[in-house]
Amino acid sequence: MKLTLHIWRQKDAKSPGRMVQYEATEVEPDMSFLEMLDGLNEKLIGQREEPVSFDSDCREGICGTCGMMINGIAHGPRRGTTVCQLHMRYFNDGDTLQLEPWRDKAFPVIKDLVVNRDSLDRIIQAGGFISARTGSAPEANSVQVPKTNADQAMDAAACIGCGACVAACPNGSASLFTAAKISHLALMPQGQPERSRRVINMVTTMDQEGFGNCTMHRECEAVCPKEISVRFIVELNREYLRANFKERETILPALL
Amino acid sequence: MSETAIQPRTRDPVASKSAVWLVLFYRSTIGKKVIMALTGSIGIGFILLHVSLNLLAYGGPSAVNGADRFLKSTGGWLWLARAILLVAVLLHILVAYQLSRISLKSRPVNYQQWEPVGSNWASRTMRWTGVFLALFIALHILHLATGTLHPNFIQDDVYHNVVSTFRMWYVAALYIFSMCLLALHVYHGAWSMFQSLGYNHPKYAGWIRPVATLITVVIVLGFISIPVGVFTGAIH
Repeated sequence: MKLTLHIWRQKDAKSPGRMVQYEATEVEPDMSFLEMLDGLNEKLIGQREEPVSFDSDCREGICGTCGMMINGIAHGPRRGTTVCQLHMRYFNDGDTLQLEPWRDKAFPVIKDLVVNRDSLDRIIQAGGFISARTGSAPEANSVQVPKTNADQAMDAAACIGCGACVAACPNGSASLFTAAKISHLALMPQGQPERSRRVINMVTTMDQEGFGNCTMHRECEAVCPKEISVRFIVELNREYLRANFKERETILPALL
Repeated sequence: MSETAIQPRTRDPVASKSAVWLVLFYRSTIGKKVIMALTGSIGIGFILLHVSLNLLAYGGPSAVNGADRFLKSTGGWLWLARAILLVAVLLHILVAYQLSRISLKSRPVNYQQWEPVGSNWASRTMRWTGVFLALFIALHILHLATGTLHPNFIQDDVYHNVVSTFRMWYVAALYIFSMCLLALHVYHGAWSMFQSLGYNHPKYAGWIRPVATLITVVIVLGFISIPVGVFTGAIH
């Protein structure tokens, strides 16, 4: 297979970027998308050109490090797939592909297709944790969790924090990411002590980082490699309202 | 005099804390979305009332003008309703403007290519239909409520004012077009307001989409049926 690639090249965070055309040759259908880019990079290195920078780590779809826009869709055309698990058999010989980094004020480009996603880490730092007892691990069944809660918490916890939801959102909103983290902990008994403060602090941080608001386009849900539902955003809104109206007295010290 | 005399309080700490809470709630994007949902639901309630009163046109001049007389006879209540609506509309516009600015600022560099895979036409056009509807509402009030833009306005004869204006094809066409944009706005708004308010009932949340679609269909068909009725002679 041969492909024509238009790739966003940007030297560093301060330089302006532009789309540059490359030809990818000897592409095998069994290659992953990143292996195809590895092939292109070897060719570029052989020609003494700067290889294309992109993020990757596990290459098995579970770490959330990789990600880019392929023809205007985060993680490419396949649903529920990270770029590393997207295989070239889903493309045709002669296809033209546009590769761009995630674009958001809170995701500044570091180089080419690599963006800085520290803003998501700061949302987690604001409240994505629980107060845990130190010492030996408690007996597993000593804390009872209803099956439906466990299932929903597991669905939310599937978030790998890749940032595709932000990249795909026309509003540049991190609502799905934040919602998944908050729902995951709010559904579990271990998440209860910090429940109200967590949602207030994480939403406040999300807003401060410059992410947009959720207008329910549902683009995030469609590109999420873990297929996390927007119903968790409904859950997030509910948690936020609950903290503000029902737990106002307990959260006020945290606000002042 | 005791050393530990309590200083007189200059302000009520609970009240000032409440004010802080409200400011922070408003400042958050979720708080703003809640305001959008609440003011939008007032709008949808008004539109449903409006469309049901419009359908009285099929009952002839006495039904329409009778309803008009009844509303005006309520005096202060009518003005209270108008005040609530005005505040709701202005808040809806203000918060929409603020939220749009936040969204636009969040993506300073646009994509060369972006393909929609989850959104629909209604959700993507909310800002544009919203701006258009604000202009439409202003024109509509000047046209049929105050009569400023009506060439043939008779005070308190609502039936005549409506029927005579819809005999002009371009007024009817503009009106029908506006109602189609209203339908787009309500199709997304009536659904997404429940999301903003965190409505997630396991049994009834599944009804939000069909009910929002039904509201949209009722509103758009109800409004459009009046100029169509005038055109076909069903209303004369």
